[in-house]
Amino acid sequence: MIELNGVTKTFGSVNAVNEVSFKVAEKENLVLLGTSGCGKTTTLKMINRLIEPDAGEILMNGQPVSSQRPETLRRNIGYVMQHIGLFPHYTVEENIAVVPRLLKWEQDKIKSRVADLIAKLHLPENVLQLFPAELSGGQQQRVGLARALAADPPVLLMDEPFGALDNVTRSSIQKEFLELQELQQKTIVMVTHDVEEAFILGDRICLMDKGSIVQMGSPKQLLFDPVNHFARSFLDSQRLALEFKVVTLYDIWKSLPDDRAKGNYNITVDTSVWHAMEKLRSGEFSELQVVSPEGKTKTFNLEHLVRAFNQYKTSGSYE
Amino acid sequence: MNDQQQNLWQFMSMESDKLLSQTFQHIGLTFISLLLAVGIGLPLGIFIARKRRWSGLVLGVAGVLQTVPSIALLGFMIPVLGIGAKPAIVALLIYALLPIIRNTYTGIIGIDRSITESAKSLGMSRSQMLFKVELPLAMPVILAGIRTATVINVGVATLASYIAAGGLGEFIFGGISLNNSNMILAGAIPAALLAIVLDTLLALIQKMNVRKLRKALVAFPVLVILLSAFYILPSAYGSALTAGFTPEFMGRQDGDLGLKSAYGLKIRTVVISDAVMYKAAYSKALDVISGYSTDGRLKAFDLKILRDDKGIFPPYYAAPIVSEKALHKFPELESTLNLLAGKITDSVMTELNYRTDYLHQSPARVARDFLIREKLYRSPKQAGAETVKIGSKIFGEQYILAEIYSMLIRGYTRYGVETKTGLGGTKICFDALTNNQIDFYPEYTGTGLLAILKPDGKTIAAITGDKDKTYKYVQQEFLKKYQIKWLKPIGFNNSYALMMRQKQSKELNVNTITELKNHLDKN
Repeated sequence: MIELNGVTKTFGSVNAVNEVSFKVAEKENLVLLGTSGCGKTTTLKMINRLIEPDAGEILMNGQPVSSQRPETLRRNIGYVMQHIGLFPHYTVEENIAVVPRLLKWEQDKIKSRVADLIAKLHLPENVLQLFPAELSGGQQQRVGLARALAADPPVLLMDEPFGALDNVTRSSIQKEFLELQELQQKTIVMVTHDVEEAFILGDRICLMDKGSIVQMGSPKQLLFDPVNHFARSFLDSQRLALEFKVVTLYDIWKSLPDDRAKGNYNITVDTSVWHAMEKLRSGEFSELQVVSPEGKTKTFNLEHLVRAFNQYKTSGSYE
Repeated sequence: MNDQQQNLWQFMSMESDKLLSQTFQHIGLTFISLLLAVGIGLPLGIFIARKRRWSGLVLGVAGVLQTVPSIALLGFMIPVLGIGAKPAIVALLIYALLPIIRNTYTGIIGIDRSITESAKSLGMSRSQMLFKVELPLAMPVILAGIRTATVINVGVATLASYIAAGGLGEFIFGGISLNNSNMILAGAIPAALLAIVLDTLLALIQKMNVRKLRKALVAFPVLVILLSAFYILPSAYGSALTAGFTPEFMGRQDGDLGLKSAYGLKIRTVVISDAVMYKAAYSKALDVISGYSTDGRLKAFDLKILRDDKGIFPPYYAAPIVSEKALHKFPELESTLNLLAGKITDSVMTELNYRTDYLHQSPARVARDFLIREKLYRSPKQAGAETVKIGSKIFGEQYILAEIYSMLIRGYTRYGVETKTGLGGTKICFDALTNNQIDFYPEYTGTGLLAILKPDGKTIAAITGDKDKTYKYVQQEFLKKYQIKWLKPIGFNNSYALMMRQKQSKELNVNTITELKNHLDKN
């Protein structure tokens, strides 16, 4: 879907992006992760030509992006950024309708699309006639997302989309983001410096430093198989929590004890170890029951869970 | 105070026609220039907001233009654009430019970067960004600039009357020259009100919320164009010839008012400053002007005086006036000064003025050449102990006369001479004479009558028609009141006069004001 080949960009004497190459599959969610100044935002902006690369090639559906008019290209790529950039002189409705209008959609189609989007993004209907300044930060970010999705572009670029939100609002929007059907149909490239966000939202993570890719892979690969000291230390501060969040009951299935007795609470097999631990530690239940896709049932307590997780980690079978 | 206000009110209602047309002209001038300034300033502001390295140069040049004094700017315009509306509009446009360019520029570059970036990322083209995002968001700041420019223009437009472009300045500057406060206020109050009203209106537009602003943005240009059209409306009666009169002349009984009442002269008239009037007549921008009969520019620009056949301009014959004390002290003085009596005619004085004012020869050289030509020149004698103090007013003609008298006294007597030239106006010279700080200076009969003696209207009307009666009257009164003697007239009469180009006067066969009137009535 999206392919970067040896893309390079320098600003003056600073090598912002150095020979970056990667591919993003259709409907995949790739997260560019790194500290500020690592070149992740520059990389993102080169995809919709907000920045032109000095060398290398960017393809979208096999077509070089440089062969298309920037305006046409951008109308087919949704863009969401930290400083949302809503137009203060437009109502929410007009803000969302910008791209459909540029594409000269019919009025009725625009109207129903806008209504559709605010429903999907859990925005109250009365916001349509309000101006951005009258909305909360979370609402503004949702409107920003709605504006990016308005013309149903196949590709979405997101630059620290939740960076300006407080913790509580951020986690609730992140949750909605994961659940939103429409987003699951998109090819998404997202930039963040927030490790947790990268692990929650990314199918794959591209860890960058000083303009180059350090490691690219699934969250589990980054956690359990770091390529070098930088990759390891980048995650160290949150390593334990991330590991518990990334590994699911399915992953550790074979290390869980067989069904001994009827557990009193059923959870699904794709539940994270973290979530299962929270349930057990709350004291409400001492044992949990889980059913595999094949229909087998296992029951475990906190001790079983921790042992199974440790076996999984040492076995190295986290592909 | 109450009395004063009533008089002002009376004046305004009496002159309501003029007041209305001047106000319309004023509004028209302000808005035509504003329209052009927006037309030039807005694109320039947008341009330098896009190409920032040009911003220093463009804002610098506009800033320098802004600092040129308005009168000087109008002066620069005349050789290029002549007189009338064109140079006035260009000058006003230049003053309006800086606030509009600067505010457009600051308005656009002040927009939050995230907004412009998101506009770009959504796939807006440059022009879509400009019209949908940048201009609407910068509009309050741009409007503030337009507001500043409007207020500046209302003020500067008063100066348009200097170059015959009309406007409320006609009353203001006429009132200043005539020392008529009602006239000044009749121009100044509407001008101030105009500035306040326009400023308030634009402030309202500026404070409207974004939603209403979109409608206002359509209404605004329409309004500006409508107001600009005001300037075209008042072109009351046209005539074959155009007259340019100074603001002072316009308001004087022995000026435009007299021309209308005594001659019934109907001519399209513009008000203009005397600094540019002669040149405008020469360059055919004007046909008839109100000048002074011995002005050097009369010769420089080849103009002809139309004879005042009904005698509405009072005579301004020049003669030295001497204190009685000085005549006693210097027995030879009177006969020496009288050597010049009758020697300088209007045309001779005009020529002498021409040589100093236009050819920039020194008054001393002009005086010496004249005396030699008249065979009156004698080389200076050894001076004795006594010294005659000569005074003169602060313009060219008086300097020449002072030099001539100084040479005559040195050549014909043994008195020493001390000249105190450039004694400002009539009042300063006259006070110096009565206080014995000077012994004599050249004065004009009309000035002596109207500025010093100030008799009642009846007396003035009875004597001003005849130059000898005027002379006799001032001679008697000065002797009686101030012990000052008017010696014999020098010969020339420096009074108000209507002038035309020599060539045109010949072509139309117009030599007197009556002939001018008849010519105008026929055509």
